[in-house]
Amino acid sequence: MALRQCAIYGKGGIGKSTTTQNLVSALAELGNSVMIVGCDPKADSTRLILHAKAQTTIMSLAAEAGSVEDLELEDVLKAGYRGIKCVESGGPEPGVGCAGRGVITAINFLEEEGAYDDELDFVFYDVLGDVVCGGFAMPIRENKAQEIYIVCSGEMMAMYAANNIAKGIVKYANSGSVRLAGLICNSRETAREDELISALAAKLGTTMIHFVPRDNVVQRAEIRRMTVIEYEPGAKQAEEYRQLATKIRDNKNFVIPTPITMDELEELMMEFGIIDDVDESIIGVTAAAEAVA
Amino acid sequence: MAALTREETEALIQEVLEVYPEQARKDRAKHLAVNDQSLEKSNKCITSNRKSQPGTMTIRGCAYAGSKGVVWGPIKDMIHISHGPVGCGQYSRAGRRNYYVGTTGVNTFGTMNFTSDFQEKDIVFGGDKKLAKIMHEIEQLFPLNKGISIQSECPIGLIGDDIEAVAKKANKEIGKPVVPVRCEGFRGVSQSLGHHIANDAIRDWVLENRDGDESFPTTPYDVAVIGDYNIGGDAWASRTLLEEMGLRVVAQWSGDGTIAEMEKTPKVKLNLIHCYRSMNYIARHMEEKYKIPWIEYNFFGPTKIAESLRKIAALFDETIQEGAERVIAKYQSEYDAVIAKYKPRLLGKRVMLYVGGLRPRHVIGAYEDLGMEVVGTGYEFGHNDDYDRTIKEMGNATLIYDDVTGYEFEEFVKRVKPDLIGSGIKEKYIFQKMGIPFRQMHSWDYSGPYHGYDGFAIFARDMDMTLNNPCWKQVKVPWKKEESPNVAVAAGA
Repeated sequence: MALRQCAIYGKGGIGKSTTTQNLVSALAELGNSVMIVGCDPKADSTRLILHAKAQTTIMSLAAEAGSVEDLELEDVLKAGYRGIKCVESGGPEPGVGCAGRGVITAINFLEEEGAYDDELDFVFYDVLGDVVCGGFAMPIRENKAQEIYIVCSGEMMAMYAANNIAKGIVKYANSGSVRLAGLICNSRETAREDELISALAAKLGTTMIHFVPRDNVVQRAEIRRMTVIEYEPGAKQAEEYRQLATKIRDNKNFVIPTPITMDELEELMMEFGIIDDVDESIIGVTAAAEAVA
Repeated sequence: MAALTREETEALIQEVLEVYPEQARKDRAKHLAVNDQSLEKSNKCITSNRKSQPGTMTIRGCAYAGSKGVVWGPIKDMIHISHGPVGCGQYSRAGRRNYYVGTTGVNTFGTMNFTSDFQEKDIVFGGDKKLAKIMHEIEQLFPLNKGISIQSECPIGLIGDDIEAVAKKANKEIGKPVVPVRCEGFRGVSQSLGHHIANDAIRDWVLENRDGDESFPTTPYDVAVIGDYNIGGDAWASRTLLEEMGLRVVAQWSGDGTIAEMEKTPKVKLNLIHCYRSMNYIARHMEEKYKIPWIEYNFFGPTKIAESLRKIAALFDETIQEGAERVIAKYQSEYDAVIAKYKPRLLGKRVMLYVGGLRPRHVIGAYEDLGMEVVGTGYEFGHNDDYDRTIKEMGNATLIYDDVTGYEFEEFVKRVKPDLIGSGIKEKYIFQKMGIPFRQMHSWDYSGPYHGYDGFAIFARDMDMTLNNPCWKQVKVPWKKEESPNVAVAAGA
């Protein structure tokens, strides 16, 4: 099987890292060889697989050694649960330096050092919330990830973010082979959430590949720095992640997305009762002014 | 003065190191050595290709300099865009003296500066669109260009522009090679990584262009000259000798070179490497992929030239071997005359060198042909395989210095008291003001060529006119006042 490279995007705090690690564990359980590349300076994309926050990120080791040329692959590549290969790009503290360059440097390093070997079935890039600069788009450039999964929920801002990410994908899809492969709904238990995300997916030209319900077992596992798959393999939630993994494994629906306008997005949300009709007459009117009127 | 003994040289290194703070001293100690010809591997005595210490006045350049300035810049029929703010391209423009034949601005572009002149808005919004536009403007204004290279300056790597995608698109639209080079200046410790990145870009974007195309008629005697940048015409003086011995030079990398020559290089029988440091990467790649052997040679001074011609000829048949002997014999009267004229004027003179890629070891033979001795040498950006190749060329107990600092170089010179120093423009005036004859050994001090038999005659003349110039007797440096009663002359300086 040829190596499939997938990138996971989505609004900050939506549960990308948790979803990725659970889904990757399920893929490993199915007998696949998988690598996770954390593309976030916080370096918490592999914590549940390694049972510890990765201390040896590419950028921190490179800073110590002087330059990335001084590193060896085995310094940064750690194997965790079921042999899942874990690597974190790492990067600066908030407010300093350039995290985007860290991602570029890290991915170049992995390629040059031959981290993407023939044994691998899947690589998953877990990317920081917003594609704020070119560095965070690195995983979806040509010859890198070709499948993008967007994690979202029925909350308004999560959907905004998903639509914006779809816009970013269009740019790279037109010049390369990157495609949108589906939305993963990580439920926040909002009203009619599955229907809403299915509808959004349809507008974007893709599908909701799986609806992951909310379950406290995820938190219980996380406190123990484990995935649900490992912590409680018999849990109902573990089964959900297995289904997600199977669907991704069998997925063939890769599209150039058709992002929608702000108005269309608002209409969609109104249709599902997330927001009310916009009353143009109240925009910009303060409470005091309303009292007078 | 007499040569320093091993103990004296070691003591000198220790003395020079003493002024450094502890950490810097520990680091710099690894980069300074006394030569020991008995060693096979230089890593026993010297460390190289490491990050320079701050504050030491290193003489190194950056990755952009290595790619745009050295490897790509001389490809004359391509346009090289200095992609980023204007300074990198403008301040390095036409500074390297890579000669070429052609009409600048029409079918060749070597001394021109093309830049995307990045502004604040390009950093914030990205420069990909601007880059695409520039390439179309280039096509309109300079339609005879044979391709474009994009030389990344620092900001390109920081904002994460996807220049590879822009290059691919432009290549389809204009139908000529467009090569993106990720040579951002902050990458690596010196220009050396820039050479490597530039070699990799040639490998990935140029070398395969004519794979499977057998229309180019080949001969058993096809060779490529790799790593000759034609400074002051060096490659021309070298090419003549190779052709006279019966070889066919298909490509020159990259002095006076073209993209077509690069594309045809995978068809040659042998790659000849002059500057090993900057182009060994591509030679090794061609060996692996196209099974083309490569060989290092040295065209400085008649001894090394004859040695090299014979070494190259040994890889071909008798026709070429006879050709090599014929060439050596043909020029013998010329170089014998050069030696007869200049050796008596230069005999016993001592030289200290500090240069870049190949010259710290390659020119030693040429000095020796003139009866001179190189007593100290070092590389700006060498690796240990360069020093491995240097140990046997240098005398025992001579000084070897890697990434030498401004302070170290001055102190070494004060003690070793060479008769001549060969280094770069940044060093020139310091040593001239110290009253020491100096030659720029990057640009040949606006002279050249120095390669080949023709170049040797010019080399000998230049060394003589510098060393034996009467002006040095007029220079009275302040610290020599007590020795000389002619204080009035110094006051006028």
